[in-house]
Amino acid sequence: MPKVTIDGQELEVPAGTTIFQACQQLGIEIPHFCYHERLLIAGNCRMCLVEVEKSPKPVASCAMPVADGNVILTQSEKAKKARHGVMEMLLINHPLDCPICDQGGECDLQDEAMAYGFDRSRYRENKRAVPEKDFGPLVATHMTRCIHCTRCIRFLADVAGVPELGGTGRGEDMEIGTYIERALSSELSGNIIDLCPVGALTSKPYAFVARPWELRKTESVDVLDAVGSNIRVDARDGRILRVLPRLNEAVNEEWISDKSRFAIDGLVRKRLDRPYIRRNGRLVETDWRSAIELAAERLKAVPGERIAAIAGDLCDAESMFALKLLLGGLGAASLDCRQDGARLDARCRPGYVFNTTIAGIENADACLLIGTDPRHEAAIVNARLRKRYLRGGFRVAAIGPALDLTFPVEQVGEGGEAVSALVRGDHEWASVLEAAKAPMLVLGQGALARPDGAQILWAARAIAETCGLIRPEWNGFNVLHRAAARVGGLDLGFVPGPGGRDVAGILAGCRSGETEILYLLGADELDLTDTGSAFVIYQGHHGDRGAAHADLVLPGAAYTEKDGTYVNTEGRVQLARRAVFPPGEAREDWAILRAISAALGRALPFDTLPELRRHMAVSHPGLAETDELLPGVWGGFGEVGTIAPAAFAYPVTDFYATDAISRASPTMAECRETFAREPATAPRTGTHG
Amino acid sequence: MLADRDRVFTNLYGEHDWHLAGARARGDWDGTREVILKGRDWIVNECKESGLRGRGGAGFPTGLKWSFMPKTSDRPCYLVVNADESEPGTCKDRDILRWEPHKLLEGCLLAGVGMGVSATYIYIRGEFYNEAQHLQVAIDEAYAAGLLGKNACGSGYDMDLYLHRGAGAYICGEETGLLESLEGRKGQPRLKPPFPAAVGLYGCPSTVNNVETIAVSTAVLKRGAAWFSSIGRPRNTGTKIFCISGHVEQPCNVEEAMSIPMKELIERHAGGVRGGWDNLLAVIPGGSSTPVLPKEICDTVLMDFDSLVAQKSGLGTAALIVMDKSTDIVRAIARLSKFYKHESCGQCTPCREGLGWVWRVVERMVDGDATVAEIDTLQEMTTEIEGHTICALADGAVWPVQGLIRHFRPELERRIAEYRAAAPREAAE
Amino acid sequence: MSEPVSGPPFEQPADFEFTAENLERAKAHIAKYPPGRQASAVLPLLDLAQRQSGGWLPRAAMDRVAAILDMAPIRVYEVSTFYTMFNLRPVGRYLLQACTTTPCWLRGSEAVVAACKRKLGIGIGETTADGLFTLIEVECLGGCVNAPILQVNDDFYEDLDGAATERLLDALKSGTVPPKGSATGRGGSAPFKGKTALTEPPDAAVAAGWTRNPPGAEKQGEKEDAG
Repeated sequence: MPKVTIDGQELEVPAGTTIFQACQQLGIEIPHFCYHERLLIAGNCRMCLVEVEKSPKPVASCAMPVADGNVILTQSEKAKKARHGVMEMLLINHPLDCPICDQGGECDLQDEAMAYGFDRSRYRENKRAVPEKDFGPLVATHMTRCIHCTRCIRFLADVAGVPELGGTGRGEDMEIGTYIERALSSELSGNIIDLCPVGALTSKPYAFVARPWELRKTESVDVLDAVGSNIRVDARDGRILRVLPRLNEAVNEEWISDKSRFAIDGLVRKRLDRPYIRRNGRLVETDWRSAIELAAERLKAVPGERIAAIAGDLCDAESMFALKLLLGGLGAASLDCRQDGARLDARCRPGYVFNTTIAGIENADACLLIGTDPRHEAAIVNARLRKRYLRGGFRVAAIGPALDLTFPVEQVGEGGEAVSALVRGDHEWASVLEAAKAPMLVLGQGALARPDGAQILWAARAIAETCGLIRPEWNGFNVLHRAAARVGGLDLGFVPGPGGRDVAGILAGCRSGETEILYLLGADELDLTDTGSAFVIYQGHHGDRGAAHADLVLPGAAYTEKDGTYVNTEGRVQLARRAVFPPGEAREDWAILRAISAALGRALPFDTLPELRRHMAVSHPGLAETDELLPGVWGGFGEVGTIAPAAFAYPVTDFYATDAISRASPTMAECRETFAREPATAPRTGTHG
Repeated sequence: MLADRDRVFTNLYGEHDWHLAGARARGDWDGTREVILKGRDWIVNECKESGLRGRGGAGFPTGLKWSFMPKTSDRPCYLVVNADESEPGTCKDRDILRWEPHKLLEGCLLAGVGMGVSATYIYIRGEFYNEAQHLQVAIDEAYAAGLLGKNACGSGYDMDLYLHRGAGAYICGEETGLLESLEGRKGQPRLKPPFPAAVGLYGCPSTVNNVETIAVSTAVLKRGAAWFSSIGRPRNTGTKIFCISGHVEQPCNVEEAMSIPMKELIERHAGGVRGGWDNLLAVIPGGSSTPVLPKEICDTVLMDFDSLVAQKSGLGTAALIVMDKSTDIVRAIARLSKFYKHESCGQCTPCREGLGWVWRVVERMVDGDATVAEIDTLQEMTTEIEGHTICALADGAVWPVQGLIRHFRPELERRIAEYRAAAPREAAE
Repeated sequence: MSEPVSGPPFEQPADFEFTAENLERAKAHIAKYPPGRQASAVLPLLDLAQRQSGGWLPRAAMDRVAAILDMAPIRVYEVSTFYTMFNLRPVGRYLLQACTTTPCWLRGSEAVVAACKRKLGIGIGETTADGLFTLIEVECLGGCVNAPILQVNDDFYEDLDGAATERLLDALKSGTVPPKGSATGRGGSAPFKGKTALTEPPDAAVAAGWTRNPPGAEKQGEKEDAG
């Protein structure tokens, strides 16, 4: 291992370490703009120059591997002079419009200019003006501020795999853009806003909304897919203004999808801010007391087996736990958290989680996707698959309709037929998986949410077991969820109890009259056009599909308005935290259920959220282990039976409208409209990387 | 003066047939097989012994460069010939490409053997359309005659050779910019390390050599290192094509001995400075990047690497741009600043931003629209740019300006004073 | 290209296909590079497309080249805007490329440019109304000892002055393309008034290394000591 001396401190680092990284290890900060640890090294900004003894020129520390015996000076006159010079060059054409720049207060250039800038400009010439570009509804451009670090180009080309940005022209006329005006079609495009070290790329929806120092920052998790991306929610005056990614190497690294970032304007639209009762076919406002009493009265009047509940995709574990406890006490067994009808099996946890883990994808060398389109169901997981692909030696195949995942995917079947063939061992990929060192399969809801889903689940288990995906140190069996609530619901056993009905059965029961009360906890992805004479209670936050068909509406809280436990597709328990209060009279969901239980005269045994959590921890200890992945015991799941040969249908048909929040979001609507004009999945570029 | 018998490029002026038959009649492709059979190590060693230094501008010892190529490699190795001749003042490779193409091809094969390459790419600037036509014909002739390709020259050695035309970008003359361009991208120079000998074309070990270097190496290998190194001075050996342009009576290219005195070179071959030697103002000795030298240095300086470096300039491509006393020296340098600003790839901050700034300031100084303090600012700007970028374009861009300030500061000050006298308010701003 | 040629608005063709002949040429270019490295052929293919399109490069042609080479279109746009020889607007039948870099300037490139402007009534970056000529300024063409140079399409016209430039333009206007090269009739880069080198006939045996080096070599060796 090379030994180096940096500013007088000796250090031994692995070969291949860059000078920049070595400095980081010693806590020495080197100013930089183009360098980003998750992007390929460009070395173009020249801000990170340091002096290396015996080297005639200062060295770009981000790009230079250390050599044994290097004596590195980061604070020498030569190094400082070089950085001052680079800073001067960066600033000559950069507008001095910080007061009207959205990056103000969180601008790398502003910060570094404080350290390396001159107090006045020696530049007497005209500053360059660069024409504005239109990158679509999400990313605002002010290209005159661009310092050409190319982070955005590299992110889109490498991480997102959607090479749409480039530097056209050359020299001082080089411009960053799409050349032919178009909206960026990546589901991850918002990350270039965070990456841009200056105010060239800023958030369009957040334009001129707030300064960073005015914001109250809350660390939370995203629920608009099942990834559980770690986010920071920035709010001011009780209103959420923006969402940014929070670093979590195991989950989302430092990226989030555009939906996670931009759907938040849906949180203030179409909100249920007071209770409603249906009278003469119309929902009319009511007060909480009447609403709770009505709910209790109805629940009291019906035997438990005629009560059913469906939990939606955005539910926190606490509210599902409370609802299950409440209705279970009434003898109801018809509970289900699988709105889409996915035939997931709650009996065996490794049978419904992403066992390999998201970070673990990087250790895999072969991956078979079964009925899933990760790019649109879990864009962050797809980015991780792509990251693995870029390292080389990673084969990916898919069973399902053709996909563009931004990296090459062998299409090895359309649907059930290929799965059956794999079980028989009569498929090329059976041997590919067998031969792989770390094979994985990803079973998606497109394969599970169909009548033979349980049989496909069984088949996937069989494939995993026979092709060597399940080993002491490696579990290559994965279920990719789309609903943030799903794994939590399954962990809680929010599935039909003995004699209980599943989603399809519940809805059939409503039509036949056997189910008299249907309790929808944020369930908006159902076809509720015919619920017969059943009394439908909808508890949730948006006036979406569920509320539209309800007889009683109980306004709940969205994920940013309550403390809640969510379990991501890996089975990782994470906490969402309240950033603002729910609007109007809306309440936290567990509290609503607690109130109903009291009105029923069967008060739930907790008065506070911590008490609820203590109870939940007793019956479901795993849900108290936040940010940890607990190993599960592999066992039996799925059902033996015939698999229909039919092709799979991917669950996400419109990335920008998958739930009540994104459907209410004007920004997401704008994206939909934009990409209806220009297909969101650009015509295959063919670069595959 | 170099004797004709010691001149390598006997068809420099295109008087003879440049096709294969003509080339053979001048000794090309003769003895090639014998050199190949002496083997890789002999070739590299002979080249080292000859003292040949790269003719593209940097003057790196060629044999040493060849020796950097891995002896064994699981990937193909490439020779890439830099025929992107674009340095203002320089037009020597053009003559080799159009009149001596077979000498270049033969050199590619011999150098290729020396480095164990499986294929050679010749990257020729796009504007050299007719030169590329000649070269392609020569390549076809060589293939047809079994001189290239499988079992080249009957030596048992296989080497393919391809011609690749550029499309207008000076920066592609930088070796890694060239490789980027050859791979189908913008010609933006790469970070080094890794160097091309380890990670070059298509990520494979590669060596990039100038046209003249490769072409002249045939003579080194066929006539021997001793002969080559007997010409010129130690560390500055061999023959060299000089390009003499600008204010001379007879602008021309000529192959001469390295280390010939500049004055002798100009007077003997270029008919002297227009209006006589005493009418000389300055010479840019080695292509536009090399700092300008005033007459008093030109009087005695020798045309080789070491002599010119000692004068804070360089041999560069050995392209002399001669300027007589009628020259607006500030405008001459300002035009070069514009050239470099135009040719900056735009990748590195100091070059992208700085060269435009430098050009604009020098442009103002043409008229004297500046302050004396700005001369110092300009000098400082050049040091902020120099040595701070991925490649050497920016260095070459600011050296002419540094040379201007070094040798012609009184002229700059005179213009500023004149301008201020004529328009005091404006100048004071 | 760096300096966009100004001019009236123009239409981008909706699509572009290589002619069968050019497609064959394109394939020959692609075959020069190792499998999977077909992007290397982007410059030759763009050049082919430009020639086929009458001297300029429509967007549809760039997209076609991107598709053929399996490249993201933006990577092709980067290339076509980086290299100056790609004309992103229509140009005249004769693209006059006047070198004005210092070596040409020292030898009178201003007179060449002035002659073009005067004769054709256009400025830099403009095209004559008849669509015959476009005049642009270019950087060093690499023929500096034959300065000043005006490149007309693919050919260099060298050792020009104002009058020679006017004669050249007259000829082009009248439909004849004069022979390329020096206006003075000199051969290549040799001095105008007679050679000072290469006056003896080439000696193949010496060049091939078969004959012992001439006595002059020893003299050169002495010089080495002097240095």
